[in-house]
Amino acid sequence: MRQEVVLALLAKEPSHGYELRGRLRQALGPLGETMNDGQIYVILSRLEKAGLVAAEESAGLPDRPDRKVYELTADGQERVAGWLTEVSWPKPDLAEFHLKLIAAAAAGLADPLAIVDAQRRELLRRLRDAQRAALTESESSAAGLLLEGIVLRLQADLRWLEACERTWTGRRSKR
Amino acid sequence: MTTNSGEPVLRARGLRRTYGSGDGLVRAIDDVSLDVTAGETVAVMGPSGCGKSTLLHLLGGLDRCTGGEVWLAGHRLGDLGERALARLRREHVGFVFQAFHLMDELTAAENVELPALLAGISPRAARRRAAELLDQVGLTDRARFMPAALSGGQRQRVAVARALVSNPDVVLADEPTGNLDSESTIDVLRLLDSLHTAGQTLVIVTHDARIAATADRLISMRDGAFVDETRRTGGTSGSLSALAGLEN
Repeated sequence: MRQEVVLALLAKEPSHGYELRGRLRQALGPLGETMNDGQIYVILSRLEKAGLVAAEESAGLPDRPDRKVYELTADGQERVAGWLTEVSWPKPDLAEFHLKLIAAAAAGLADPLAIVDAQRRELLRRLRDAQRAALTESESSAAGLLLEGIVLRLQADLRWLEACERTWTGRRSKR
Repeated sequence: MTTNSGEPVLRARGLRRTYGSGDGLVRAIDDVSLDVTAGETVAVMGPSGCGKSTLLHLLGGLDRCTGGEVWLAGHRLGDLGERALARLRREHVGFVFQAFHLMDELTAAENVELPALLAGISPRAARRRAAELLDQVGLTDRARFMPAALSGGQRQRVAVARALVSNPDVVLADEPTGNLDSESTIDVLRLLDSLHTAGQTLVIVTHDARIAATADRLISMRDGAFVDETRRTGGTSGSLSALAGLEN
């Protein structure tokens, strides 16, 4: 998991590590169950070293050894803003994108629908390239089949973006 | 191939189409403006129910808007009565529909000839024109076939030939690949692309993102409104090999 995900979750409010873990679990459902508990602390300490978050000791609960409250620094804020507008493909990390929408909405940092639109523009650009290449291949060409595979995968990704759009449109109108 | 002849072939300003009233008011089209210049291919994409078919009907004069205006081939559609509107459609617009809408009792060639005959063109000229168009869509050898004997892709190509028979200023296509399998879709995309290259003005509404391959402009629609627009840029993104898993 990219450390920007953790960073973006912190954009909502300063939090303890276990709070972040809880929010990740909630956002990922069953997929979050495989997450290693220590992972988030590893990421947090890396972020701290990089100056992207600042940690402050706080009076935690007696049964919680974890007393640090993490907070974004100005550099951290900037990194989050950059990550939200970044469009990553062709290595689509669906969980990363999903969490990007959740983090952006929770912190009021960006409109999830604008993020979906940016992603769709990128996918459409790639789909157009792949389909154009397929159109210029002769019908018997073997590469045509490979290009069709690319087109079909991109179409599936676009359909998921449609679902993201529907869901987030619904959430926005409920607010 | 885009011709920069100032006036757009098709223009819409502040277009609205509502149904019902009060609490039941549905804004199918909500303040849409669009200019389509000669030779341009514009694709309007969006999920089903976003209003794209309604939009196409308004642009082609098949339905009346409740607000805003449409100009087509120099005429303001709101100024025209039903007869004049029907005539304008016949002479200036070609329609292509998802379900082909061919006459089952007529051969492919007769289907293509029909609108020309209705427009008063001589049977001989209509026959010649139909033969040309069937050749253009690659179906000369199917001219005497009935629609039922043709594949989906072939039927849609006949429908495209029919849409072109009156040399329309603009072809409006509603989900032209919606009923087709992958292979037939490629055939129809190739055909649309060749029309584009030949300078035909096209407006395509679709949920099929593959149409993007033929479009100069791609407009995304949501809840009756345009929300995003992208223009085709030259060249490819060079990312195909990465998409195929050939590089990281």
